[in-house]
Amino acid sequence: MNKILEKEYFSEKVVKLVVEAPSIATSRKPGHFVIVRACERGERIPLTIADADTARGTITLVIQNVGVSTEKICALEPGECLADVVGPLGQATHIAKVGTVVCCGGGVGVAPLLPIIKAMKEAGNKVVTVLAARAKDLIILEDQVRPYSDEVIIMTDDGSYGTKGLVTAGVESVIAREKVDQVVTIGPAIMMKFVAQLTAKYEVPTMCSLNTIMVDGTGMCGACRITVDGKMRFVCIDGPEFDAHKVDFDEMMMRLRSYN
Amino acid sequence: MSINQNTSSPRDAQWREELRKATPVKERTSIPRVKMPELPADYRVTCNEEVNQGLSAEAAVLEARRCMDCPDPQCVTGCPVNINIPGFIKNIERGEFGKAAVVLKETSALPAVCGRVCPQEKQCESRCLYHKMKKDPVAIGYLERFAADYERINGAASADVEPLKFNGIKVAVVGSGPAGLSFAGDMIKRGYEVTVFEALHEIGGVLKYGIPEFRLPNDVVDVEINALAALGVKFVKDCVVGKTISYDDLHEMGFRGVFVASGAGLPRFMGIPGENFVGVMSSNEYLTRINLMGAGRDGYDTPVLKGRNIAVIGGGNTAMDSVRTARRMGAERAMIVYRRSEAEMPARAEEVKHAKEEGVEFMTLHNPVEYLADEKGRVKTMRVQRMQLGEADASGRRSPVPVEGDVVDISVDLVVVSVGVSPNPLIPNSIKALEVSRRGTIVVDDATLKSSVDDIYAGGDIVRGGATVILAMGDGRHAAASMHEQLMPAD
Repeated sequence: MNKILEKEYFSEKVVKLVVEAPSIATSRKPGHFVIVRACERGERIPLTIADADTARGTITLVIQNVGVSTEKICALEPGECLADVVGPLGQATHIAKVGTVVCCGGGVGVAPLLPIIKAMKEAGNKVVTVLAARAKDLIILEDQVRPYSDEVIIMTDDGSYGTKGLVTAGVESVIAREKVDQVVTIGPAIMMKFVAQLTAKYEVPTMCSLNTIMVDGTGMCGACRITVDGKMRFVCIDGPEFDAHKVDFDEMMMRLRSYN
Repeated sequence: MSINQNTSSPRDAQWREELRKATPVKERTSIPRVKMPELPADYRVTCNEEVNQGLSAEAAVLEARRCMDCPDPQCVTGCPVNINIPGFIKNIERGEFGKAAVVLKETSALPAVCGRVCPQEKQCESRCLYHKMKKDPVAIGYLERFAADYERINGAASADVEPLKFNGIKVAVVGSGPAGLSFAGDMIKRGYEVTVFEALHEIGGVLKYGIPEFRLPNDVVDVEINALAALGVKFVKDCVVGKTISYDDLHEMGFRGVFVASGAGLPRFMGIPGENFVGVMSSNEYLTRINLMGAGRDGYDTPVLKGRNIAVIGGGNTAMDSVRTARRMGAERAMIVYRRSEAEMPARAEEVKHAKEEGVEFMTLHNPVEYLADEKGRVKTMRVQRMQLGEADASGRRSPVPVEGDVVDISVDLVVVSVGVSPNPLIPNSIKALEVSRRGTIVVDDATLKSSVDDIYAGGDIVRGGATVILAMGDGRHAAASMHEQLMPAD
């Protein structure tokens, strides 16, 4: 169980794994995540389910190597198993036909964005996808998002690919030229904060997907708590998606640094 | 449970009569209550070894002799599951320790657990006749632990159990804590095919993630779990019913009955300013990191924040567990902050005693009102309001009332909020037809523990809110009897 069937490097630090998990694959919808442990004494960490194949009984995870646990997971090879995979957890994404949707993903945030892009397109929306990263080698899944996007805008901080600039510039260029009915943003917390600030100015409803520290992932411990509209919410139970204009990003970023 | 019927140790048995006559009552009552050997306090804060060492056989027999074998034993009525207490104690007195364990197992699924964690001073021992003589009650809890440990170590008396004939009916259990385990044990013995689904990666629920090693060692819990597995109970880990599989899936898998025992794993916070600062966490998080995930132990990846000045807010057993864990994690100052007085604290008397011996400071009649942090967001100050006791509230306890203007700032670098737990909402949210109270508990019929859905029963904290292991176990047994009656009605 939890055997790794395929592995692909998107970049030196970003790995795609296809994992055998038939029950999870069947119940999974876009937006759901899993809690994963690499090994017996390992840490429980949340990872978004980037894709699932019910026929094969597999789920796809895209992991960025940023610490002890992600390093262990990224080092596993096809044939090896993850100690534990639990899911699908969280609430599924709310998908509706609203008109024009801008989906913007930063770095590895594009992985959980892909199923949303696909679902938004299939719901009949016009989809403009903005991919952003520090540099060319950190832009992932460009070929995978194109079939479901009416337009793809690529932003890199250093200008090594696409247009030089921040993700907010890319999003603003779309809002400025046409009516945008919804924005979906997934990526580093600071990126989502600034996208939310931008879209608030234009009063465009915006949804974000949050990735806080978690331990159990089932609502038991409160490690993932955030404040939304002044109220306490658990990312693992009420999220991971929230109205980006109501999230206290500063508090969330402070708590994300708990173990730094 | 009667003291004369449905038990291997009826009061009117010949040996019991002879045993009563063998020692005059005056001699029995002159024996002082046994003292439990404990690890010295300054040693035990350096490790997680079990504090209570257990009685020797001689000490157990002597303590058992104190029991007067009352014709109408009130201790039995004080027990939430009516264990045949004199029945097992008298077996200890006559040296039949294995038979004592058999009597325990007639009623209690996990006697090694209950002997350690039950609040006996509020239950069985509170009704002991010795109180009328102004003497200490029989140490029923210590004796239960003795008999259960004897059986665990020597593998004694369960040899009497008949081999199982499976009756072909499958039942599912959601949650592997005390309620779920005890339900599973009863149903497997009745011949059902039992599968326990557990969300976490370890079996045992609160027995593993909540109660620390120094109070309830994990290998004591594992012996009970392995015994169930040996009887044929199936355990499926990493499976969240309501997420991984649905209630409908359970039907498709052929389960004819479901017992929901998913517990009260939803932490409560006070809602005061600063409660989200780094270093303020729920007791569930603190204990799960340390007890379940091994934080602080060599080779375990999960971290936990450490502190020199740790405040634990609350006065229950979980607060005691948290503060004593904090001492073992190296806190120089470990404080209990509780808004009422010590007399109102719900924690077991023994835990409070052990905590004090271990250097825990008790700041009773103090209530936190705010936390302050440094520039990085790490908590550094707890602002507490001094309290006094006013009128009694709904729970019968005197209400704490602030002493106007009496506010004090205390340096802390870690705060563990242990003010109670609520039912985990996963199952209630995933089955629409299930009637749920405003508190989030599953509503059940008191007589049968059946929910509003015909094939779903529920018990333990998901029905009661945060309560005790023994009550959860009692619910497991009660629901098993009811579901059995429904699935295989006696003709």
